[in-house]
Parts: sequence; C-alpha cells; structure tokens
Amino acid sequence: MAYSDKVIDHYENPRNVGKLDADSDNVGTGMVGAPACGDVMRLQIQVDDNGVIEDAKFKTYGCGSAIASSSLVTEMVKGKTLDEAAAIKNMEIVEELALPPVKIHCSVLAEDAIAAAIEDIKAKREKKAESAA
Amino acid sequence: MGKLNIPVYLDYSATTPVDERVAKAMTDCLTLQGNFGNPASRSHVFGWKAEDAVTEARENVAKLIGANPKEIIWTSGATESDNLAIKGAAHFNARKGKHIITLKTEHKAVLDTCRQLESEGFEVTYLDPEENGLVDITKLADAIREDTTLVSIMHVNNEIGVIQDIGAIGALTRSKKILLHVDAAQSPGKVAIDVDAMNIDLLSLCAHKVYGPKGIGALYVRRKPRVRIEAQIHGGGHERGMRSGTLATHQIVGMGESFRIAHEEMEAENARIEKLRDRLYDGLKDMEEVYVNGDLEQRIPGNLNISFNFVEGESLMMSLKDIAVSSGSACTSDSLEPSYVLRALGRNDELAHSSLRFTLGRFTTEEEVDFTIKEVRKAVEKLRDLSPLWDMFKDGVDLDSVQWAAH
Repeated sequence: MAYSDKVIDHYENPRNVGKLDADSDNVGTGMVGAPACGDVMRLQIQVDDNGVIEDAKFKTYGCGSAIASSSLVTEMVKGKTLDEAAAIKNMEIVEELALPPVKIHCSVLAEDAIAAAIEDIKAKREKKAESAA
Repeated sequence: MGKLNIPVYLDYSATTPVDERVAKAMTDCLTLQGNFGNPASRSHVFGWKAEDAVTEARENVAKLIGANPKEIIWTSGATESDNLAIKGAAHFNARKGKHIITLKTEHKAVLDTCRQLESEGFEVTYLDPEENGLVDITKLADAIREDTTLVSIMHVNNEIGVIQDIGAIGALTRSKKILLHVDAAQSPGKVAIDVDAMNIDLLSLCAHKVYGPKGIGALYVRRKPRVRIEAQIHGGGHERGMRSGTLATHQIVGMGESFRIAHEEMEAENARIEKLRDRLYDGLKDMEEVYVNGDLEQRIPGNLNISFNFVEGESLMMSLKDIAVSSGSACTSDSLEPSYVLRALGRNDELAHSSLRFTLGRFTTEEEVDFTIKEVRKAVEKLRDLSPLWDMFKDGVDLDSVQWAAH
C-alpha cells in the first residue's frame, strides 16, 4: 500500500509521543482499541483551569496510519477547549492525512480516543467537585 | 552484483527472481531463430524439436521428485495443480465416498478448492496442526472415515516454512487405500521429495519459487497403482487428456532448467542459506519478547517467521522500507484478519499481528542479513517506544487482564 506524504511524515516524526501522569487531576487519559484488533491508542490531555487543553501526548500500537492519526490528533487538540476538541470529527483526520477507505477505522479510533480522554477528565473533575462540596 | 543490494529482497517464498541460466534457456524458445514450434505438431521438425525440449524438461522435473516423466502433467502453476488434483480426484471417486481431509494451515488454493467441493455436497475435515505447525499423525488417522477418498496435506508451509512428515502420512493413506495429494509448491530445491518412498499419489509443483518463471507448474499423477482424475480443462487432449491446451514450450523449458539446477545445487545452496538464516535469527533472538512461529527444526533453511510482541507488523514493515518482507498482520491484507496460519497454531491475535516472515534465497548475502538485523532492531525499538502495550508490559500490567474495547 502506498502511504500519503503526510502519513509518512507523522510516522517518521511523530509529534508529542509520551506519557503524562494519569493520576494527576488535570490529566485525562483515553485508551481505545484492542491488541487483538491490531491497534491500541492512548491519548492523554492536560487541561488548565479554564478547560483549555495545554498539552497532549500519545502512544499507539498499530499500523502507520493509526500512528499518524494519533500524532495528528495531539496537534489538533492543543489550545482547544474541551468542547472544541470534542467537536473534532474523524473525517477531518481522513482528509488531512489522505487516508484510503481501508484505513478510515484509524481515524475513527483517534476520534474515540479524544472522546475517551475528555470523558476521563470530566469524570475526575466532577468527582473532585463532589468531594469538595 | 554488489554484496548489499538495496532494497534487500527477503521474500523468496512469495516468488524468486528467474535464474540467468533459466532466462537464457527460455529466450531460446521464442523467436524464429529459436525453438518456437508447437510440441504437438507431429508433421515437421519445428514440432519435433519443441517436443524434445519439453521431454527434457519433463525428465528434469520428474528427476527431482523421483517420478517417471510420464507422470508429469504441465499446468499453469501450483494453484491449478491443486485444483486439478483435488477436484479431479474428488469427482472421479465421488461414488466411493465424498469425504476429504486437509489441514487448516494449507494454502488458499487448497482450502478454497475444498470449500468449493463442500458446496457441491462433499464433506471436508479441516485438521488443526499442533502448536509447532506439524500434523499429529494419530489425529489424522482418527479423522479417516469409511467414505474418505482423499487426504491433502502440504509439504512445506508457505508462511512458517515447517516441513510435514509426508512419509509417515503417505504410509498411513496407502495402508487405508486413500489417495494422498501433496501441495509441494514451496519444497523443490529446499527439501528432498521422493514420490515413491513417500507414497504420494498427486503432487503440485510450480516453477516460480525455484528461480523459474511464473505461470508454469506441474501435477504429478501416479501411474502405478494408477491414479485417475477428472480433467478440469477440456480441449485437444494434451497431457494424456488430463489438461488440454497448447504446451508453452518456453515456460516448460524454464521450469525444467530451474528444476535441473535445483537438483544439482540444492545441497550446497541449502547449507549456505541455512547459515544465513541462523545468522539472522542469532542477530534478533536476544531481543525481549521475540517468538519464532513454527517448528525451528522441521523447517526449510530459508524461512524465519518471527513475532515481535507489542509491535504491529505493518508499521514495522513501514519502518523497514529498504527491506522486502511480508507480515501476518491484518493490515497487510484487505480482510483485516491476521494470518489464519498463525492463528491455527494457537498464536493469539496480538502475536499474529506482530509477525514478520523473512525468506532467504539464492542471492541473499551476509551483508544483506547484517543490514536487516540492524534495521529490524532499530525499527522494533522505535515502535516499542511508541507502543502503549510495551509501556504496560514494562509496568508489569497483565495485558490479558485488561478489558479492551474491541472495535
């Protein structure tokens, strides 16, 4: 299969690879996929008190398109509010990376990863608000 | 030829380049100055010359498998040979019984042919191999029924390179008066074949895995005791009526020459290739979480199928852009299913997704092997740094205990 230049660029120079402290109050972690299916993405976002994503890190087990999709997503979410990030659609990833139809599931997984990370941080904050009340 | 040819070709089980000697023999059979006649033309020298060339090729192919030249039927390749053998034998013997036994790790040319027969009312038993890829002969014996007419077991597996004990299987099928078909597409020049000693009734061969051309193969059909099959392609009655169609002299001559060379050189060649394969394995085996797929002993010299746990095969191949290998990863196929061969061995999906098949051959060099070791180690390290599974493994998390959101 021939990859687009953008997929190759993200694959060879992945942005924001790494790990944030999952136990921290201002970090949301989303892990989606399954090893048996051949891809697992872990996306982490660090959110400031105003609900703006100030940092994002990922690690992905999967094909080149899955790695590129998650790398791209870390760039897309940075500086966005949680609501803005939640509005990112997988087709934006497909278009940006010129993914072929057989790789669209990689972009869906990346969208799911954002949603999971946002859900995690929201749950944490609600829990914190409850215990403070 | 330089010693390190980039990109490095390590996919000899997919196909091989045609040997220069073979190419020369083939081009001598094409033009007006060459041996271009129709081997079926009985009335002039052009036909006779072509027939002589075909006869010589037939002898060379027969010699490598211990057969009589009259038992060789030319086909378009191993897929056609498998179809002709299995459908031909099943149909011919349908009144005796409609049960066939084969193996889950067979090539699709066998499995799909069996599926077709199932749709025609035949019953097929698909045996599970053992974890090392080999058939348990007792399980095969247990699967035999009154109405079993054919057993089809491959000699050398294309993905993992393991060699089945065809001699033991043949002794069993002969004693039960059941026909044995063997898909030997991957065997010539790599492991000895003796159709008599092994009691093989039908044997599929092709040229392009042995440094011959694509588009030509053969089916060995035993004459004593006589094995009868129903033709699948009808026409001028070529090849004793079993496979009609004008013989492709240049292709046949190419296959004959490639089998002649294989017969002469296989011993020395296998010793050299095995050394290189062991060098490759030695260069990789000290890495963490590396698993060889298939038996290491009962295996052809040129095959190394290995899983790098926590790294996905397609992305690994993407990193190895200067090395041509293949993977059992789902992403390399359109089906999104990982290798059915590795799964039949009981390998979990993760390891199947993480596998690479290296197959070495006649033109592989030590320098290419060393280059490959260096590149693979670099790529695996890079991808493990990117892998959340590797992180979890290093943190001591049992991945089987995690609730994955399968998609």
